[in-house]
Amino acid sequence: MKPHWQTWAEELKQEFPRAHSALLPLLHRIQTEEGWLSPETLADVATLLDLPVTTVESVASFYTLFYKRPVGRRVIHVCVGLPCALKGADALMHRLEAHLGIRQGQTTPDGAVSLFEAECLAACDLAPVAQVNLRYRGPVPPEAFEALLKEDE
Amino acid sequence: MADGQRYYLLRHREVPDIDQIAVYEAHEGYSALRRALKEFTPQAVVDLVKASGLRGRGGAGFPTGMKWGFLPNDGRPRYLVVNSDEAEPGTFKDRELIEHNPHQLIEGMVISAYAIGSHEAYIYCRGEFLHGAEQLRRAIREAYARGYLGENILDSGYSLDIHLYRGAGAYICGEESALLESLEGKRGQPRLKPPFPAVAGLYGQPTIVNNVETIANVPMLILHGAEWYRSMGTEKSPGLKIMSVSGHVRRPGNYEVPLATPLRTLIETYAGGVEPGQLKAIIPGGSSVPLLTPDQIDTPLDYESMMAAGTMLGSGGCIVMNDRTCMVAAAARLVKFYRVESCGKCTPCREGTYWMANVLERLEAGAGTDRDLELLLDLADNIGGKCLCPLGDASLGFMVSAIRHFRDEFEAHVREHGCPLGANRYDTVNH
Repeated sequence: MKPHWQTWAEELKQEFPRAHSALLPLLHRIQTEEGWLSPETLADVATLLDLPVTTVESVASFYTLFYKRPVGRRVIHVCVGLPCALKGADALMHRLEAHLGIRQGQTTPDGAVSLFEAECLAACDLAPVAQVNLRYRGPVPPEAFEALLKEDE
Repeated sequence: MADGQRYYLLRHREVPDIDQIAVYEAHEGYSALRRALKEFTPQAVVDLVKASGLRGRGGAGFPTGMKWGFLPNDGRPRYLVVNSDEAEPGTFKDRELIEHNPHQLIEGMVISAYAIGSHEAYIYCRGEFLHGAEQLRRAIREAYARGYLGENILDSGYSLDIHLYRGAGAYICGEESALLESLEGKRGQPRLKPPFPAVAGLYGQPTIVNNVETIANVPMLILHGAEWYRSMGTEKSPGLKIMSVSGHVRRPGNYEVPLATPLRTLIETYAGGVEPGQLKAIIPGGSSVPLLTPDQIDTPLDYESMMAAGTMLGSGGCIVMNDRTCMVAAAARLVKFYRVESCGKCTPCREGTYWMANVLERLEAGAGTDRDLELLLDLADNIGGKCLCPLGDASLGFMVSAIRHFRDEFEAHVREHGCPLGANRYDTVNH
């Protein structure tokens, strides 16, 4: 446990009428710093908020953006919802998989890139759309997949 | 956008940098709040919203003023919660509103919270809206600094705090009771209703949950009045709606139209028409509603006309599909969305969406059997109306209507052991 997590927990507990509400924001903050939420981290969060560890694990496991395994430095979410599928999202995903040598849901062995499917990113006007570390990129035609592996200009 | 189009909710397209508070103020920003606090009692604001006929823009279309009227008068603290968990395939209006004009939402929230007597309000923003959340957080800070939030707002004696709460990836949290669970720091699983949130919502207290677009309408109601709002649309569907157009059109995007605008105008004039190919089917109100066929393209975009046409206006997410689109593949993709997003609480939805997705995928892959169509409809029968929340029902609209209108196409997949549209084969990655 890092000492400033205690400060964060106290701040967030103050913000809401009930301390339990602090759970999601605290998980967000810690994950932003740590990159993912290890079992040890979840136990620390349980201690900080005085919640059962099982509650924290249960909540963390419900939400797709809480990573229970280490992820790459660059996390790519490719939207595969219907509007994106109509514009070539599947081909985009296949190109990325082939290029990176991983399947969706996996991370490259060097820890550089994780590739995930996203269920509708609410940006169908940018289809096929993706997010890189939660920043929108789109439209990304399948043949332009490499744009997702480069920094944003 | 087409010539002559006026912007209200999407005013940021005409006014650069309106996300900055000084620019927002220079364009009448927060003047509705000033007027509301000075000239309106809280009840007068509720009456105005009722008179305007504004209906919830999240999908259900419930009259907003009536919803506000359900709050019990029992002295307990009340909460206003804004639902910014937009995640319905085809819908992307709230994202534009919060990213480009966050003060419009905040002003609407202060007026609405004042109307319902709430001193604490929340914005529940989906986790993927990182930029939207940053914009809102900054705007909230600016609003505090200018005295539009906090203690004794504009010397009115009225006080309000707004909290921004980020979700973390779960479509179900757009359902209001699941949203409240999530806001309490729990798994986002829907509650049994009744009691409705107006009676027992956030932390068990009376709570109003409204969509972003709904609340964003409130400042202009104060400035222009209910009569002005009612001068657009129909008696039962007054005012303006943002329609999100995606799929096979020349200009996908958000278009703000008076309700009852023909679907044809939206697709052909605003979105530039179908491209490439010819029109085959339209989902007019987000992935949860039944499809319309090309002969229905003149249906007016209002709640009652859409209902009469066998579908719903819903969230206004209009997905256009051309004649190269396989309806089995489209149904498989949409049902898969609900399978992934089902929270798992109710068995019919959890198991039913799983099996429907399986059957649709095997049909598309050419491994379907003669019995599969009846099996799908039987599964649908066992989900519809049998769950705590509408997610299960929402998974059925497109599939059932696709089987009704394009039965031949489904049967051809069985007969020909594959997709007759070959070109658009369903080749999704593993899920």
